[in-house]
Amino acid sequence: MTVAGHYSYWITIVIAMAGLYIVIARGNLVKKLVGLAIFQTSVYLLYIAPGKLIGGTAPIVAEGFAVYSNPLPHVLILTAIVVGVATLALGLALVVRIKEAYGSIEEDEILGQDPAPPGRTP
Amino acid sequence: MISQHYPVLHVVLPLIAAPVMVLARHGGIAWLLATAVSWSSLAVSVALFAQVADGSVVSYAIGNWAPPWGIEYRIDSVNAFLLVLVSLIASVVAIYSRESVAAEVPREQHYLFYTMYVLCLAGLLGIAATGDGFNLFVFLEISSLSSYVLIALGRDRRALMASYQYLIMGTIGATFIVIGVGLLFLMTGTLNLADMAARLPGVTETRPVLAALAFLTVGICLKLALFPLHLWLPNAYAYAPSAVTAFLAATATKVSVYVLLRFYYTVFGESVVFAALPMGGILLALSLAAMFIASTIAIFQDDVKRLFAYSSVAQIGYITLGISFDSATGLTAAIVHLFNHALTKGALFMLLGGVALHLGRIRFRDIGGLARVMPLTSFGVVLAGLSLIGVPGTVGFVSKWYLVLAALEAGAGWLAALIVLSSLLAVVYVWRFVEVAYFREPSEAVSRLKEAPPSMLAASWVMVVGCVYFGLDASTTVGGAAQAAATLLGIGR
Repeated sequence: MTVAGHYSYWITIVIAMAGLYIVIARGNLVKKLVGLAIFQTSVYLLYIAPGKLIGGTAPIVAEGFAVYSNPLPHVLILTAIVVGVATLALGLALVVRIKEAYGSIEEDEILGQDPAPPGRTP
Repeated sequence: MISQHYPVLHVVLPLIAAPVMVLARHGGIAWLLATAVSWSSLAVSVALFAQVADGSVVSYAIGNWAPPWGIEYRIDSVNAFLLVLVSLIASVVAIYSRESVAAEVPREQHYLFYTMYVLCLAGLLGIAATGDGFNLFVFLEISSLSSYVLIALGRDRRALMASYQYLIMGTIGATFIVIGVGLLFLMTGTLNLADMAARLPGVTETRPVLAALAFLTVGICLKLALFPLHLWLPNAYAYAPSAVTAFLAATATKVSVYVLLRFYYTVFGESVVFAALPMGGILLALSLAAMFIASTIAIFQDDVKRLFAYSSVAQIGYITLGISFDSATGLTAAIVHLFNHALTKGALFMLLGGVALHLGRIRFRDIGGLARVMPLTSFGVVLAGLSLIGVPGTVGFVSKWYLVLAALEAGAGWLAALIVLSSLLAVVYVWRFVEVAYFREPSEAVSRLKEAPPSMLAASWVMVVGCVYFGLDASTTVGGAAQAAATLLGIGR
């Protein structure tokens, strides 16, 4: 197997790292959530891509259907997407509440408004 | 026979109760349901615990789809122990929550609070009961999402930020776990944990399996707040409503420890994790860091809830320290400390909730002379504090005793010395409370305080008495933990 033959994994890694980088590097709470969603999306690809067999058909028990693609990853990822949507929705709802309470969605501005608790760093 | 459905019943009950509560839209009814559900879960868990106490395994096929194709619920002595712990804490906290929530959460949100509470319970019990890797992830998210909501209900606006930060880190952790499960699925073609364990030995040397182990370790350690992945924990515990802090501190991290044990011992097997890889050394180093650094930070906290939150991070260090020994005694110590620390921290945060009822935030400068006006609460905090230190006669001593035994067994006398030394740090922070509460004159604000309502006080004291009772007669807890350790080591080989 060559490097190019694994291209779906490379894409997965790039998406995952891009998402994780946004979560870490951005101070805007909404952008962080976008990064988180991108990070979760990479997992969908990680599960789905290996389920596909070249030349595979739908899993049908009948004459002429010998090689089939595994349908299980799709079902799993359907669940994972629902979880991802719920997480994103809850995260955005929290951001709305934070905006109401602090008047900002920039992390440093918010943390600056409450005095840092003592003993935060050893 | 209903008893054959026990392995799934304690998860199904709260899951059904949650939408009923939303439809009822009534705080009182929701509380009644939440209490009833928690207590019936406890009854079911105790029945299961008795059933598997001899080391047998109860397998339940959801929808009658035979494992490994269908989702299997698999109860052995490890997760039965945990089921009892989680539902026990949930039951006591449910009684406690009525007055506490009435004071801290707006009235129109009460029914939603209890809905989230039972959902969180369902998630935690589901994680413990399931034998399916992906199902585990789904329950993990159910419990996590509901706990984010519960934390955000805190009175302080910082609760929102704490919840948001927990959401970010928790989701990263859960996604890491699902990546790890995915890689294992790709290599073995199964999601059933027992089936996975049977198929893994053929492929353990491959890189995806090692990557899966790494992803699972980091992801789970994020959820169990192993130092230095604990950053979400102090704020989440400090600003959440008191009942939530007590519930989550006693259960959420413990369930994550169980997940770690399950993957390390049942799925990968200890020979892969501890013999071929330096996981024991890594866990040991991080545990020691948690024990010393987090305890030191705790000493300098001004907010009492934050102090005990940092102490939780340190106590998790003791649990992972027990795991890092990879011996029967070490595992027994870890599992028994799981239970003991849940009791201790549950008691502490519930008692502090009684103080928070009138004060809001509990800072040391606001509670000088507290023992004069709230003698029962203060005495309870002192007893639970003694248990944190590990004074003989409390549960903390039992755990530390087994930890020291495991260290000596491993031939590491210096570790035993370090365990005792780190307990001295706990003496310092518990003494800070004693000094402030007992040796200062109450200010005018403090002298207006009075004891928490009887239901809260009684529930808290149940936990405190538990701390002492299981410290004096440890045969049930240590017996259960030893059986669980034997099961884990037996399957791993």
